Amino acid sequence: MSLKSTLHQLKLKYKDKKIAPAFNAIHTFLYLPDEITHSGGHVRAADDLKRTMNTVIMSLIPCLIFGMFNAGYQHHLATGEIQAVANGFFSSEFWAFSNLTIGLWKILPLVIISYGVGLGVEFIFAIIKKHEVEEGYLVTGMLVPLIVPVDIPLWMLAVAVVFGVVIGKEVFGGTGMNILNPALTIRAFLFFAYPTWMSGDKVWVHGAVDRANEIAGGAQLDAMSGETILGSLAQGKEMSYSILDSFYGFIPGSVGETSTLLIVLGGLFLIFSKIGSWRIMLSAVLGTLAMGLLFNGVVSSGWISEGSKFYALMALPFWQHLIVGGIAFGIVFMATDPVTASQTNKGKWIYGFLIGFISILIRVFNPAYPEGVFLAILLMNVFAPTIDHYVVQGNVNKRMKRLKLKTA
Amino acid sequence: MAEVTEDVKVEAPKEPLFSKKNRKLLSDPLTDNNPITIQVLGICSALAITAQLKPSIVMAISVIFVLGIGNVVISLMRNIIPSKIRIIVQLIVVAALVIIVDQVLKAFAYELSKQLSVFIGLIITNCIIMGRFEAFALGNGPWKSFLDGVGNAAGYGVLLVLVAFFRELLGSGTLFGFKVLGDPIEKTGLYAIGYENNGFMVLAPMALITVGIIIWIQRYKNPALIEE
Repeated sequence: MSLKSTLHQLKLKYKDKKIAPAFNAIHTFLYLPDEITHSGGHVRAADDLKRTMNTVIMSLIPCLIFGMFNAGYQHHLATGEIQAVANGFFSSEFWAFSNLTIGLWKILPLVIISYGVGLGVEFIFAIIKKHEVEEGYLVTGMLVPLIVPVDIPLWMLAVAVVFGVVIGKEVFGGTGMNILNPALTIRAFLFFAYPTWMSGDKVWVHGAVDRANEIAGGAQLDAMSGETILGSLAQGKEMSYSILDSFYGFIPGSVGETSTLLIVLGGLFLIFSKIGSWRIMLSAVLGTLAMGLLFNGVVSSGWISEGSKFYALMALPFWQHLIVGGIAFGIVFMATDPVTASQTNKGKWIYGFLIGFISILIRVFNPAYPEGVFLAILLMNVFAPTIDHYVVQGNVNKRMKRLKLKTA
Repeated sequence: MAEVTEDVKVEAPKEPLFSKKNRKLLSDPLTDNNPITIQVLGICSALAITAQLKPSIVMAISVIFVLGIGNVVISLMRNIIPSKIRIIVQLIVVAALVIIVDQVLKAFAYELSKQLSVFIGLIITNCIIMGRFEAFALGNGPWKSFLDGVGNAAGYGVLLVLVAFFRELLGSGTLFGFKVLGDPIEKTGLYAIGYENNGFMVLAPMALITVGIIIWIQRYKNPALIEE
């Protein structure tokens, strides 16, 4: 008996039992179920929720694979086993198998924990609330491992995933009803709950924390630096990576957010498949640039002294804000989440612009949160319904006025 | 015969001190009419001081004192307070009681009073207190008002302690300052296997979420409490 027919038998057997949604979910995920309507005048669009989710996951895969290589590369670079690659995306030092093994060893568990725990919670809720398991976690589960540092302890990730899925999504009624982006809720939880594992100069490179502990214990070793560009800038230090390196992604950072090149490719894929909103992406980029320009203007007009702790980040050329830190990843994959973003076209422009604008504001003015983008997106998630309300009301008012002019 | 029945009507049957109705006054606010989880009053102080158990318990006792005595005082004066200035009278009563609490704390538990800082003074603005004065003490006798005041304040206190228990245990790994989960610096107990305190629990948002989870569980257990 094939797996499909086995599943079908199981579904029929447990049809009225509590556990039924679990079998239904596995069946729908793996196969096209038989219960669809075959005739009648229905609109037959291929892009159901499952297809939408899969498209986003496809656009995330390059970032994940790059993240795996980068985890190993950063580790080996910090231990001094290899030299920095010469500029060039296809250098064999980077795409080496030894890099991938470290990446697989560190990042696959993150993916497994993220999906295992998150889908577990979804299945439990579906069974308790007697509804079908929703596909909503498929994308979240892929995003989560990409926005955390490689060395994050697995139990912390598991706790955060439970929190994010339950408090961020299920209490509001599940997929499609959430106010906040669940993946960012998970990251925010980790950030505030376990700040020592989510920020600082050690966690971004695999092994740097252990090495620091060994040195503190008296071992004669060289310290491993794992500082991100933003982290060092926030402390007023010089940026030690070339622009091309940070664009290609050969820099320390959260697992999947370092390679701006691959994020841009993923973003284009989302735009051409019409899954992601180009309005949000474009306006967020514009917002980022606007705020960056504003700060550059402050610096060039001499309103801020070089000794100021904000100087280094303010003086960063405005367009470079887009290639350091997680802002590109946030704009492409987080801000465009169709559930939590604004729904109206005009609203999307405002929403996106403010995300870019506020991200840079937080990044520059709060050195403790150089990664302001996740806070900015969560904040705008909260405001998205308000923006939509005023856009819709503005439209209503405009039409009312037109009506009055005609009738008067 | 007719005269006798009239007599009975005039002399209403005396209610025992802890009649079923009176006991309900005391116990209802602890569960099904909890001021925090059902009426959603007094949230601000519940968020501010529940990071640790000790201040929460002191806060709970203070509110029980203020609301218990305050309700009796208002109830005794209820027939002579002009209704136009009743809010001002109520405020004066709370303020006087709160100042007593504040001074007692400063005299006998200085460290705690520093920790609670303005929040003792802010009992004056605690919605539960004004709410009970307005809704109950102004219309009921002193004994009933006392029970109602103590009951509501205790309902508030129980929730405060419950929230503080989880916040202190998960946020700082301690209970009443005792390191029940081991020492985070020496790496003993749970910390030896990599456990770490959840810094988020110490922040105010988690108090709100903890209260939310308690409300959720309470309504899940008793669906009659769910509003339409």
